[in-house]
Amino acid sequence: MTESNKETFMDKKLSRRRMLKMTGAGAAGVAIGASGLGGVLKAFGVPDFLEDDTSVENKVNFYGKHQSGIATEVQTHVYFASLSVLVKSKAELQELFKMWTPMAVSLMNGKPIGETKNSYVPPVDTGEAIGVDAKNLSITFGVGPSLFKNKSLGLSHLKPKELNDLPHFPKDQLEEAYTGGDLCIQACADDPQVAFHAVRNLVRAASGKVSIKWTQAGFNSIPVNKEGKRETPRNLFAFKDGTENPRSEKAMNDVVWVQKGESKPWMTNGSYLVVRRIQMHLETWDRTSLQAQEDTFGRYRHNGAPYGKENEFDAVDEDRKDENGNYVLPETSHVFLARQVKARIMRRAFSYSSGVIDHTGAYDAGLLFISFQKNPQQFTDIQNALGRLDKMNEYITHRGSGVFACFPGIKKGSYIGEALFNA
Amino acid sequence: MKAKSLLAILVAGGVVMGGCGNSDDTKKSDTKTEQTATDTKEVSLDAETKAYKEFALDQLDQFTKATEEFVTAFKDGDMDKAKELYPTARMFFERSEPIAESFGDLDPAIDARLADLEAEGQTKDDWTGYHKLEYALWEDGKTKGYEEVADKLLADTKELRARVETVEVTPDMMINGAVDLLNEVSTSKISGEEDIFSHTDLYDFKANIEGAEKIFEILEPKIKEKDAALAENLTDKFKNVNDLLANYETKDGGYVSYTKLTDKDTKALANAINQLGEPLSQMGTILE
Repeated sequence: MTESNKETFMDKKLSRRRMLKMTGAGAAGVAIGASGLGGVLKAFGVPDFLEDDTSVENKVNFYGKHQSGIATEVQTHVYFASLSVLVKSKAELQELFKMWTPMAVSLMNGKPIGETKNSYVPPVDTGEAIGVDAKNLSITFGVGPSLFKNKSLGLSHLKPKELNDLPHFPKDQLEEAYTGGDLCIQACADDPQVAFHAVRNLVRAASGKVSIKWTQAGFNSIPVNKEGKRETPRNLFAFKDGTENPRSEKAMNDVVWVQKGESKPWMTNGSYLVVRRIQMHLETWDRTSLQAQEDTFGRYRHNGAPYGKENEFDAVDEDRKDENGNYVLPETSHVFLARQVKARIMRRAFSYSSGVIDHTGAYDAGLLFISFQKNPQQFTDIQNALGRLDKMNEYITHRGSGVFACFPGIKKGSYIGEALFNA
Repeated sequence: MKAKSLLAILVAGGVVMGGCGNSDDTKKSDTKTEQTATDTKEVSLDAETKAYKEFALDQLDQFTKATEEFVTAFKDGDMDKAKELYPTARMFFERSEPIAESFGDLDPAIDARLADLEAEGQTKDDWTGYHKLEYALWEDGKTKGYEEVADKLLADTKELRARVETVEVTPDMMINGAVDLLNEVSTSKISGEEDIFSHTDLYDFKANIEGAEKIFEILEPKIKEKDAALAENLTDKFKNVNDLLANYETKDGGYVSYTKLTDKDTKALANAINQLGEPLSQMGTILE
């Protein structure tokens, strides 16, 4: 089928769908009962279809070939939520994503999820983002392996074989409180309150349909150089994170975007998200010499250049030896070990800081590692290569983990995850 | 009453909208609209507010009686009996809290926790009411020296019952009251901070839910008219909470000590409360 054929096909499907909605939406909504979309959207004052408003400042588009928040230039804040589903049928789950679609568009337009008309009920939108622009909000939706194991949803035959909980890695100390989830919402914005507001309102609108399993807020500082160009953000160990990310369209297709035939058809143009809540032992790191810190990464701290090179984006040369025949890049460094496998990923990490750990008094701070790849195995391969050897292990502990299949982008008139529900 | 006339307009409006886009029925719906318009005076919440006031008065009658028995046992020095009566006597109060707490002086006199007083710069000496006697029974382990507190509790309870006669129950009070009851559960019962000495929080929990459910029951026909899905959802979510609570019932119809609950238990309960609270807060749609 050619691209233009596809468009026509989509349009037809869309118009039929909309016609159905116009003639029978009310009745259908009631038939589905408490979770009916018609009723829910009506109650929230949200129209059932919204467009990207391109006149809005600092706006990321919702519709497109891929979901926002993956290839989108990384924002300064994230609010990541892992959710459990409470709905008991595929139809109800589908209604949930249909309900979320116009809400997400509205939020990414910098608008509330709906208007309040009756002062006897609580406001439709919680309101804390009123008066600020879209702040480059992106919202990314994904589904976890446990969703497909939920028998009442009847989705087990649609589970991509790649979508599994990550295996146990050396030195993992995963806590149930930060692990897994049926669904995820990754809200990123250049404002912490805008990111939080997005998740808060989507979850609230879905009351009784989902519950929060765990959440984590994160932040980034993005330096801008003299030429006004954005530079790679640094993590809390002060090293640049994301230097080796794929950037070209080809690289993105090779590394990040699921291509036709590479996974279940509903994942084509989607991507797999891996999230790890990694505590960084800041206290021990801060008493580590600069030399040892740089040996840990295999890069220079001041500019991020790999060992033996001058600039951040210079190619890593792991085979290079000094005059004594020793590798320039320490064999226990993060960069050296990560390059022992072919796999590449796209890192989109944030730092976090969540108070102190009760029983030790240490900072509960670290890296909310998020990466996108077309197959979670890419992450697993790299993580296995790091294994027990990684010098970084002395300074970090992985405490949370999740893997989510992020749907392909949403076409105008369609809804989040439609390909899954129509599969 | 403002709420009444608004409701009337909306009910009429709803019928008109229902007839829209169906030309065959235009005539019929017009007639229907007229009929509804003439009927507006009957569409009010007077019956509902009256029913709720009757419920509250009945609860407070029983509260007075139960408090009398509790105070008698307490003053007789019958600790076991007093401990047995404490959680169940309070339930009548907790069920009717939206009304009971409308008297700013009596509510703290009867139900203040030590933590509340301390937050206001008062001390244990200023403390009266049920929770002080709870402290006497479970923490101090004696009734002697608390007789005056017991007498005052009974006097305050009787005064509350008398004053409630004068309360004008409004639809607003009912709807906000139902949500407030749940908020009570969310903020103090679920954390075990209501009955920190006796750990009988789940009795209060159950009573708050019953109080909210009563309001829903009274308003249910009106909610059904306006938004059938909301009524169905509320029935479902009340059932969720009640089913969860049933896991903690004891053979004698009471509840296990709060200390028996794990973090997982309280989280499940808190989630169920929040899932009920969201649709409950939409009941105001009938006042639209």
